[in-house]
Order: sequence, then structure tokens, then C-alpha cells
Amino acid sequence: MILSAQHLTKRFGSVVALDDVSFDLQPGEIHALCGENGAGKSTLIKLLSGVHPYGSYEGRIDVQGRELRLRSVRDAAAAGIAVIYQELAFVDELTVADNICLGAEPARWGVWLDRGQMQQRATQVLAQFGIALDPAAPMGTLGLGHKQLIEIAKALARDSRILILDEPTAALAEHEVQRLLAILAQLRARGIACIYISHRLDEVFAIADRISVLRDGAAVCTLPAAAADRASVVRHMVGREITELYPRRRTAPGPTRLQVEDLSVADARGATRLQGISFALRAGEVLGIGGLMGAGRSELLLHLFGAWGRRSAGRVLLDGQPTPGDTTRALRAGIALVSEDRRRYGLHLEESIGFNLSLSSLGAVSRAGLLQPDAEAARNAECARALHLKADSLALPVGRLSGGNQQKVVLGKALLARPRVVLLDEPTRGIDIGAKLEIYRLIDRLRADGCALLLVSSELPELIGLSDRILMLRDGTIGGRFEDAGDMTPEALLHAAIGAGSNTTTTTSPPPPRASGS
Amino acid sequence: MTRPRLLAPPSDLLVLLLVLGALLVLFGVGTAGFFGTATLGSIANRIPALLLVSTGMTLLMVTGGIDLSVGSVLGLCGAVAGVLMVDQAWGLGAALLASIAMGAVAGGVNGWISVKLRLPSFIVTLGMLEIARGLAFLATGSRTKYIGSAIEGLGTPIAGWVVSPAFVIALLVVALGQLLLTRTVFGRHLVAVGANAEAAAISGIAVDPPRIWAHVLLGALTGLAGVFNCSRLGSADPNAGVGFELSVIAAVVVGGTSLRGGRGSVLKSLLGVLIVATLEAGLVQMGASEPIKRVVTGCVIVAAVLADSGRRRA
Repeated sequence: MILSAQHLTKRFGSVVALDDVSFDLQPGEIHALCGENGAGKSTLIKLLSGVHPYGSYEGRIDVQGRELRLRSVRDAAAAGIAVIYQELAFVDELTVADNICLGAEPARWGVWLDRGQMQQRATQVLAQFGIALDPAAPMGTLGLGHKQLIEIAKALARDSRILILDEPTAALAEHEVQRLLAILAQLRARGIACIYISHRLDEVFAIADRISVLRDGAAVCTLPAAAADRASVVRHMVGREITELYPRRRTAPGPTRLQVEDLSVADARGATRLQGISFALRAGEVLGIGGLMGAGRSELLLHLFGAWGRRSAGRVLLDGQPTPGDTTRALRAGIALVSEDRRRYGLHLEESIGFNLSLSSLGAVSRAGLLQPDAEAARNAECARALHLKADSLALPVGRLSGGNQQKVVLGKALLARPRVVLLDEPTRGIDIGAKLEIYRLIDRLRADGCALLLVSSELPELIGLSDRILMLRDGTIGGRFEDAGDMTPEALLHAAIGAGSNTTTTTSPPPPRASGS
Repeated sequence: MTRPRLLAPPSDLLVLLLVLGALLVLFGVGTAGFFGTATLGSIANRIPALLLVSTGMTLLMVTGGIDLSVGSVLGLCGAVAGVLMVDQAWGLGAALLASIAMGAVAGGVNGWISVKLRLPSFIVTLGMLEIARGLAFLATGSRTKYIGSAIEGLGTPIAGWVVSPAFVIALLVVALGQLLLTRTVFGRHLVAVGANAEAAAISGIAVDPPRIWAHVLLGALTGLAGVFNCSRLGSADPNAGVGFELSVIAAVVVGGTSLRGGRGSVLKSLLGVLIVATLEAGLVQMGASEPIKRVVTGCVIVAAVLADSGRRRA
């Protein structure tokens, strides 16, 4: 046993975040940690990584037979524990090798950087795990998936024996997830122990040896992965039976809302990013948009909203009229966008929940430019109720909410603008299963109400479960159309996304909208 | 609930009031005749221009912008008013409007260049600081224009009142500014653009207009302040308002408006103005030299920013 935690209890004031939790980890084991947001996963990780130091909790942690008394995060690194967080800390201007050695640079006479040795160390650790990257490449040129691998390489270069991955795949495309899982399997073979936190149960079952479920700060159960199944894990997480994951009310689609004809779009530098895109979106249906990261999914949505790109060909019609080219008029015309990056594009984190809910529909609660506070408060309260928003007061900053509730606010803001077409970009990224189910129900209700929805999702089961039809993008073009539910298999979709015989894919971060900050 | 508060959270307001009260007590006890008409009169005289420009500056800083040229623009607008009244024999009303227009144009140029061309307003307005000062000297032929009683009425107490028309107008502008920021769609847009421009754009807000209009509004208020400043002295001095921008920014920052945008209160800037003006007048009364005054003012600015960042982290 490389790590053993016994009877951990952590209190914040009167709140018990972790309640008598015991947990252990074997060498060469991948131990998945499941639970909804607020179940205590993060708290447990923070105890194991020294964020909450020894003495601030009850219970005992042993690593390799010796009691662990961490005073800081640095102590954890010295004890061989490395945490790979969702937000990666890198210096984009430095090279891969520089970043791998960051904070532990080899030096000659304690002063001069030993570039040769840095290069060598980086090359060695990259080769060891089959990561095909140039150590001299600038970090900023890499996509998120590669950066994550560098973070792992950095941990391994410091002889970490325990890796803790916190939602490592939340922002990764399918092929990057596969690559990450393959590398984790290699590490397992070398005896590295791994705590793996993910909301995506597919991955958990693909990689984990054991699965522990936390709920409300307490350990519910620990199961060998081979003996568990999805339904039972979800039941333990939620504490109740989930009958249908993807709700669906059968409605006949109405008239065509959005008509996209032979659309080609170039980015700010003039490079074509979307080409020959044609489709029709009807009222009362969900059209799924799939594809690898960088295939142009977010770009397509942003362009339809008038927030990105220069159109080089084609046209977009909303109810027969050309769509406006800027976000203000697009919203007025009845198009709303729910961005994939809710912290950056979706919310004003320091402002109140009410401020955020109102932002796209201030006209409805003002008279001659003067806000009507009572009307605004009443309307927002009603919206919050309809969304099952869990918040004590709408005057609280939205940044204090959990990810799932933040996402509900983003959706609420879009819905208050009374859109006819809703563009959803990864609406359930990084939120827990309970909130996901509510978002699914909301999408279904919008569909039933006659909204036309475009849905981008990297999770194939979600895409298949929610969409009436699916369009797969590949390198900015349409890689496949799926009209019948029977044809929508993960294999077929992935094939359309990657293309026959193609194994090179590009990874880029999503583009910023055209109207950028100062 | 989501009701936008007309008043800022009481805790911050209370702190500012306590600081102001402490300063008044300190100077009242420490110096003879602080509460005499001379000192209070000098505070009351100085305040209208500071209040007007601080109100505009608060709105601009909420959008994440800043304007370093307000001192020079104040000088230029006063010069324009002086030249028109003395050389062209314009009436006070017409000269006042011309001065406001001049300020709005200067603000519009600042705003248009910094927003549309995506240049930092810090640098653009630094350029305007020099340009406006140069124009002020050109307009007046580098000589002070003596206007006399035609303009002094603005700055002298109304018969039977303690305060001047300028003071009343300034308070009115503060009230309107606070209403604008908290109770109008435009005000909401100012905050949204300053706090997170990208999210504002995705929410369907056109992000450029609020930023440009904030510059224009500040310019117009600076124009009005320029005339008030002339009324104090009965003349238009091309050197008027040198260093004025620092007092304004100090007052706004002391009032808790964030330099990074997204947060600010006109009402708290009012208290910031009172604190800065009291401090400056009090130091003079105590016989502090100009250099000491500057050291203290600088320390107050840093302390205000420190207190603000501490509050943010809490």
C-alpha cells in the first residue's frame, strides 16, 4: 500500500466537508474518485496535497508506511505526490524543456542554467512515456491536451510516485482523452499510483482498477471496477435511482428556422477555418455538432452568432432573413449563444447572479433606459426557480456558485432573451451528474417549446442521447451527416470526425470572439 | 435580491465616513481655526470641479478606462470660456456650452482613438494631456484672461445660502451620475463591459459605445468644471488644472473604484473627494509645505489601493 488515509474529517467552521473518510491506494493502481460537486473530492485531494496542512484536519495519512505531515504544497511534492489540476500552470513563452524543469532547474555552480541537461532531462522523460513532442518547442504553441501531458511529464521528472489527476479530460477532445488514458496505463505498468477524478464515467470504467464514491462528504463505497456497472455507480453518487439519462418528448419538428448554405469562414489572419457548411435547423429539434477539438465546432457557433470570423462565401438565413453580423443584433433577432468557456465568455464572475441573469434582456425590465428594479428582481427570481438554481440569494456573486449552478445562470441569461435559436457549446462541461440531468431536461423542454437548438458536445453519448440529427465536422468541413438515430453509433461518429486513413489531427484552443476586451 | 442598490454596501460607505470624520476631528483639534470660514470656504470652492470630474472619472474607470488629460482639458476649456467671454464678449451661458462642447470633443477624441483603435487609454490620454495644455496656451496667447464678475457669480455663495451655484450643480451631477450607474441600462452596460468585455459581447452588448460615451461624458463634465474653476478666480489661466488629474484619480481610488474596471460607485467617489479635499486643506492649515502635502497625498492613494485589494481578497 503506497498511500493510506484513515478516518479523515475536515471541517470548515460548522460545515463538515469530509466526514470520517478512509481511502487507500496501491502501487500501480488507478483509483477513480467519483462524486457530485460538493461531495468532498476536492477536499480530500487538498488534504493529500498539503493545501490544507497537517493539523487542520482529523485523521491520519500514511505514505509508504510513514505518517505524512504536510505543511505545504511543496512538502507534498517532496513526498512524491503530484497533483495535475484543471487549470495548468505554465509559462507559454518558455520551451517545453524549460517548463518541465521549471522550479527545479539544473544549474552549473548554482548560477548558470544548464541548458544541455535540461534538454536531456526533458527528452528522456518525454521518450520514456512515448510523448512525441519537441523539448525545444515553445509551450505556447501546444494545445491543451499536450500541455497536460507536459504537466504529467514534469511530475514524473521529479520522481513522483503518486499522481492525482483532477478532471484531466474536462477540456480534451476524444482522441486526446484516448492518448492520456494510454499513457496512464503505461504509468500503471511502471508502478505509479494514480488517483483519477472525472465526471465522465466512460473513462472511469475504461481505466480504473477501483472506484470509490463520495457523497455529501462521506465515503459511500469502494468497488473493484470489474465488479461495478455504470448504473450502480451513478446510483451511489446521486443517492437515488436514475431512470432515464436523456429525456425525450417526441415532438414533430416545425418550420425551418436557421438555413446555412455553403458557408465558408476565414479567421482574422485570413486562413479558411470553415468550408462548404450547409444544413437546415428546424424549430423543435436538436441538431448535434460533433468533431475533434479544432474541427471548427465552436467557430461555427460563434460565427452564426456574429462573434467570430469573416465570411468568404455562403449565407445564413434566420426565418428567411440574412442573420446580422454582430452579437447585439443577433440577440435581438432571436439567436442566443451559450459559450463553452463560461468563466471567460459566459459570466461576470464578480457580479451578482441577478446581474448576470439580466444582462441579455435588460430591455424587458427597463423603461426608457431606466431599470425597473422590482420587475427585474421578480423576473429573475422566477427564472431561478424554473432552473432549480441552488442559491441563497440572487445578490450573491455568481462566482461563488458550483459549476452546475453557474451553467444554469448562463442558460438562464440566454433564455431570458427569449431566443428562437439557441446555440449551445459544451453546455455540460465539467459539471456534476445531477446538474447535467437538469440541463438535459431543460434542453428537452426548449425543444418541446419549439426552440431550434444547435448542440456542440465532446461527449459522444451525450451528443447521441440528446440530438435528433448529428453533423460531424472534420477540419472545418462536414465529415458526416447522421439523420437516423439508428446510425448514430460512437464508432460511426468518430470515424466521420477523423476521416478514413487520417490520423493527424490538429489541436487548437477555441478562438476568441471578435469583440474582445481592452 | 437583484435590486440594484442606490447606496453602496454600507460597510464600505461606513469606512469612508469614518475616515472623513477622523480627518475632520484630527484637523479640528490639531489646528486652530480649521472650522473657520476661510478653510471651509477653500474646501467648498475647490470641491465642485473635483466632484464633477470625479463623477465622470468613476464612470470611465468602471469601464476599465482612465483619462490622464482631465487637468489639461480643464485648463483648455476654461481658456476657451475666457477667450470667448473676454475677446468675443459672449455671455456666460453660451461660453459655458462652448466649454462643455470643447471638453466633450476632447473626450470623444480620447475615446474614439483608444477604443476603436484598441490603444490603451492610459497612453492616448497622456498624449491629450500635452495637446490640450498646448492648445490652452495657444488660445490665450499664454496670458491669463481676466473675466471678472461675469463669471464669479457661479462660485460665490447664493444669497441666503451657504453654498455656491457651482456646488449645487456639482451635487446634482453626482446624484445623476449615481442614478446613471445603478439604475439605467447604460450604467449596467458600463459595469458589464468593464468587468468582462468578452462575456458582455457574447451577452449581446455592443462593447465599444459604452466605453466611448464614458470618455465623452467625462470630457463634457471636465468642460463644465473648467468654467467653475474660472469662476473661482474670476479669470482663465492657461496653467489651470496642472496636477488636477492626480487629485481626481486619488479621490476616485480612495472611493474604492477599481482600476481594473467593473466596480465603482459615484457616491463613494463623492466621499473620496471630500476626504482628499479635507486632507489637502487641512495640511495647508497645519502649515505643511507643498512637498509634504504631496508625500501625504501619495501615501493616501497607495493606502486606499491596499485597503481595496485587502477587501477583495477577504
